[in-house]
Amino acid sequence: MKRIIVCLKQALDVSQLKVDPATRQLITVSAPKKISDFDKNALEEALRVREKIGEAEVYTITVSSEDAKATLREALAIGADKAYLVNDRSFQDIDTIGTAYILAEATKKIGEFDLVLCGEASLDSFSGLVGPRLAELLNLPLITSVRKLTVEGDTVVAERTLEDAYETVKAKMPALITVTREINQPRIPSLMMIMKASKKEIVTWTAADLNIQQEKIGAKIEVVEVLAPKTERKKIRITGENSAEIAEKLAKALIQEGVVGR
Amino acid sequence: MSEYKGVWVFSEKYDLTLEMLGKGREIADKLQTELASVFAGYDVQEKASELIKYGADKVYLIDNPALEHFQAEAYLSILHNLTANYKPDILLIGSTKNGKSLAARLATRLEKGCIPDCARLSIDKNRRLIGERITYGGNAVAKVTFRSKPQIATIPARAFEKLEPQDRSGEVIKLDVKIEEPKTEVVETKPLETSSVNIEEAEVIISCGRGLEKKEDKALLEELAKILNGQVGNSRPLAEDRKWFTEWVGLSGHKVKPKLYIACGISGVIQHVAGIRDSKMIVAINTDPEAPIFEVADYGVVGDLYEILPALTEALRKHLQ
Repeated sequence: MKRIIVCLKQALDVSQLKVDPATRQLITVSAPKKISDFDKNALEEALRVREKIGEAEVYTITVSSEDAKATLREALAIGADKAYLVNDRSFQDIDTIGTAYILAEATKKIGEFDLVLCGEASLDSFSGLVGPRLAELLNLPLITSVRKLTVEGDTVVAERTLEDAYETVKAKMPALITVTREINQPRIPSLMMIMKASKKEIVTWTAADLNIQQEKIGAKIEVVEVLAPKTERKKIRITGENSAEIAEKLAKALIQEGVVGR
Repeated sequence: MSEYKGVWVFSEKYDLTLEMLGKGREIADKLQTELASVFAGYDVQEKASELIKYGADKVYLIDNPALEHFQAEAYLSILHNLTANYKPDILLIGSTKNGKSLAARLATRLEKGCIPDCARLSIDKNRRLIGERITYGGNAVAKVTFRSKPQIATIPARAFEKLEPQDRSGEVIKLDVKIEEPKTEVVETKPLETSSVNIEEAEVIISCGRGLEKKEDKALLEELAKILNGQVGNSRPLAEDRKWFTEWVGLSGHKVKPKLYIACGISGVIQHVAGIRDSKMIVAINTDPEAPIFEVADYGVVGDLYEILPALTEALRKHLQ
């Protein structure tokens, strides 16, 4: 039976982030967390592959704090068979290199697998590094930014979205794929699925369970400052008796600003 | 870590290489070090020497038939070999999708940090590279620096300007590097339609969002675009939810910086705003006076795009004739 591993990140729901207008600092403590959108697409795609080939195990892994169990429970409700949470106090200061290394060790401990699916990037930090880093650590073929995926025997065929082209790429499995949001529309779990999920297993591993070498997970980058961007816009409202008058005023303003015409 | 010296740039895209050389020159001068470009391809000797005119002191050229098209493992083995041997202080890699995963894989092989999508770069008082990138879905800009060298950052297209070509002296060094076998095979490449490719370079963009009732109504925007010599775009919901289009403007789509961006019926969620932030001027047309797009617009009109747009087209046609 084929086995698909989906890497999930519990991300901050960026649509609910607030900014302190005085300091331009983000208020992250009150922001809710959820499965990063792109990773949900990855999970959905794993389920679709399973449905197409008839039989497969779908496992999810997340490297996160204890509160990620709710997120994993959601993944199980959506349709994953088993979930792994890797959590350790020593993971406080990690960046993508540490996350990828821990995911790699967890994947190795799970053992056999055919596909690893990740989101193209995470909703909150949007760096898109973990998938490629993981592929490198596991020495797997890597196909990023995938919008269409087909499994044929032991081969995966994927269509990628590039800046100026769509590219169809083939690789022998096991392989690592990162998906875009256009690949599918993730399903919403039914009440039945949510109830069934409560019986599924969440395995928790620590650094010791995976023999994590601490020197491998030290952060290699450092965030100096995170601030809401300054908006220096004019914010001029154009009003008028009717559309023609408004349009006339706006047209004149644009000409005066030198942004239209020569 | 003082053995790490020099600023390097690499991209599989020529224009992006030139742009990074422009910024790289400035950084190298500040650090009083040399600027080098890694250049890989097939039959590219001439193009390689042109890089010197655009600011490079050295060009490490790998000319090999296997490099005619981008091939991840081939490029990865070249960059790995060269960076491990020559130990550059800074390595800028063009932030295309291929470039980004290349940078991530290289950083992993070298066990180093990587900062993706830096739209701005600076050098701090400890001579470390600081990259600025949009994060938290456009809610914030993060300044990030490195604890390891080489400092690997990826640079989006059009973040920096290329220099005017000049006659400068420099050196093209031909190298022979063992190239790794590919792990994937490209079966087919379908170029995107030109209109969508051009939007990132457009000087004027007229863009629509959920306020557009029918796909066909984009013609209203096209009318105006024709007069302003601009391009037409749309926000993500019209592509992802309504499936009317395949591309969109926004953080996860095309990031644009035109002289003029006219947002019609776009509410202005933070991800969209992050994609248009660098526009010189933003105009918003929306029926909802509370729409967040007005907070980031220079000129705002509370009104229906179906009335305002044709009137604006008419007014501009009259004035610009």
